[in-house]
Amino acid sequence: MSVTAERPTLAVWKFASCDGCQLEVLSLADRLLTLTERIDVAFFLEASGSRAEGPYDLSLVEGSVTTPDDARRIREIRAQSKTLVTIGACATSGGIQALRNFADIDAFTSIVYARPDYIDTLAKSTGIADHVTVDFELRGCPISITQLTEVVTAFLDGRRPSVAPSSVCGECKRRGTVCVMVAHGTPCLGPITQAGCGALCPAYDRGCYGCFGPAETANAASLMDWWGDVLGVDAGSRVRMLRTFNANAPEFRDESRRQDEQVDHDTP
Amino acid sequence: MTAQAASAAGDAARPPESAEVIKADALEDLLDGLGRRGYTVVGPTVADGAIVYDELTSVADLPRGWTDEQSPGRYRLARREDEAWFGYAVGPHSWKRYLLPPTHTAWSAERTADGGMRILDDPSPVPRYAFVGVRSCELAAIAVQDRVFIRGPFADTVYARRRDEVLLVAVNCGDPAGTCFCASMGTGPRATTGFDLALTELLDDEGHRFVVEVGTAAGRALLDDVTHRAAEQRDVAAAVDITDRAAQRMGRQMDVTGIRELLYDNLEHPRWDDVASRCLACGNCTLACPTCFCTSVTDVTDLAGERIERQRAWDSCFTLDFTYTAGAPVRGTTRSRYRQWMTHKLATWIDQFGSSGCVGCGRCITWCPVGIDITEEVAAIRGTEPDESGENET
Ligand code: SF4
Ligand code: SF4
Ligand code: SF4
Repeated sequence: MSVTAERPTLAVWKFASCDGCQLEVLSLADRLLTLTERIDVAFFLEASGSRAEGPYDLSLVEGSVTTPDDARRIREIRAQSKTLVTIGACATSGGIQALRNFADIDAFTSIVYARPDYIDTLAKSTGIADHVTVDFELRGCPISITQLTEVVTAFLDGRRPSVAPSSVCGECKRRGTVCVMVAHGTPCLGPITQAGCGALCPAYDRGCYGCFGPAETANAASLMDWWGDVLGVDAGSRVRMLRTFNANAPEFRDESRRQDEQVDHDTP
Repeated sequence: MTAQAASAAGDAARPPESAEVIKADALEDLLDGLGRRGYTVVGPTVADGAIVYDELTSVADLPRGWTDEQSPGRYRLARREDEAWFGYAVGPHSWKRYLLPPTHTAWSAERTADGGMRILDDPSPVPRYAFVGVRSCELAAIAVQDRVFIRGPFADTVYARRRDEVLLVAVNCGDPAGTCFCASMGTGPRATTGFDLALTELLDDEGHRFVVEVGTAAGRALLDDVTHRAAEQRDVAAAVDITDRAAQRMGRQMDVTGIRELLYDNLEHPRWDDVASRCLACGNCTLACPTCFCTSVTDVTDLAGERIERQRAWDSCFTLDFTYTAGAPVRGTTRSRYRQWMTHKLATWIDQFGSSGCVGCGRCITWCPVGIDITEEVAAIRGTEPDESGENET
């Protein structure tokens, strides 16, 4: 990540998403003003009308690829971007809309739309890295502004961002939260989910929902066995917990398929 | 006391040499005495379904009438039949939170007008803690960390400055948990050294009271402030009986005979693959452990590019980044990471620091989200599983 002599340019792009991650960028608020002293916001439709031409030094990409046009557009953006960082679960793993990957897309469109023939969509929702080379993936649904600040600052200072790929449990323990799984029997995805949220849900007495996607070396099979055998979570619920914002992340996807095979055995 | 506890290796059979007795009410006066001396009192209290360590304002904050039920991967609070204040074992927190903070800024600096860098002063005062309700295994754990942080060739100033200020009020264990095995590790359940005061709680026909042993001059001064009397033979006998019976009721045990050689000789044991298939590499065991000391250091710059902070945070040998060297992690598999952790705790620690790194507190067993049990893993490698009576066959 090199910084050009001029102020480097920033572009923010949207694909299939709820805009929540871009809103997080906007919520930097006063920090955004500090940022604009060091970076030139060249293209960010949600924040300003400027539509400066590329190339761009840093592109932040929100959302997943769901249409043939998306697949074409992301290639153009990649070609215009020196550094490309994806922001959020949609851009990283396909988002909640990747639930379609487990179903029949034609059946969906025929139920939802009056004129399904107007719909031009891909069968699967996929993350940006399935289509182009990505320099850094920032996880989360939505992203954490602390981590976003860190990534942008690291870019500006030409250093590696400090974003740990280890589990939510580390944040829980540093925070001093009593483990909700051990002490309350609440199913928690924290041990196989990447840190970043600051272990928010366990601090409010809930299990982790996996917003930041699989942690490094996630052993989803062992955790699901424990949920089933010890916590008494039925297979259908195990599948649903693995299939939320990061349903298409390989570690969650593959394990949810394995669990899905057990659904019929589980229900009497 | 100053950081001079050598080993708190418990000797359950040894009776206290001299002891005094305070009535339960006098504990409040003792806490007041700590307050007057400028200590922040930290001790056990109920929060979020567990007995945690937090600031105490009075004995009313203690977990009166509560106990815990612990087994691998499971912890529950339960009501006791009596109104004991210390009738439970160790919980999710350990005192290392206070001596080695989970995160802190080692130093910070700002850019100067001439393009240089100026280190900023750290104005935060060193906290002065009195730990109340420290268990024998925990005194041993503090002694282990003292060897790591103070007695090595380089002292860790963050730890050392806090440790110097600490006053330790130990409480002997009467109700070990299902995951406790201090008796196997020679660290409990009776505290024999490393405390300023050590209490044994008695709740019998003669009333709710504490047998108190004095460990240091600071402890003596504290006790002299409150109403106390010399212990009679039957008080001492009752106190010794509490820990003697606790030693017989350990939830777990570990055969440590030749354990260093056992592990060194079994680095390729198939059990490591078995445990790796269950282990989540989440790091909870290391973060809950009162002796694990690993941290990582990160430099963080601000958005304006004017300020830098060097931050230190608890880390774990279970993360890939922790051994990331020259382009790859040294220990890439969970098998190698679990083996590293357990072998360090129980074997290489002895070579490195002259004692075991495990004090038998059982936290890694209880707080492992999938109930991996270090005593069971050792037994499996030894080729024997614990039988019904809790004794190991040899
Ligand atoms: S509550 Fe969840 S994230 Fe926190 S330590 Fe327990 S399992 Fe890990
Ligand atoms: S042994 Fe248990 S607590 Fe430790 S890393 Fe493995 S799963 Fe996590
Ligand atoms: S290894 Fe486990 S039992 Fe031993 S001191 Fe650490 S947490 Fe306690």
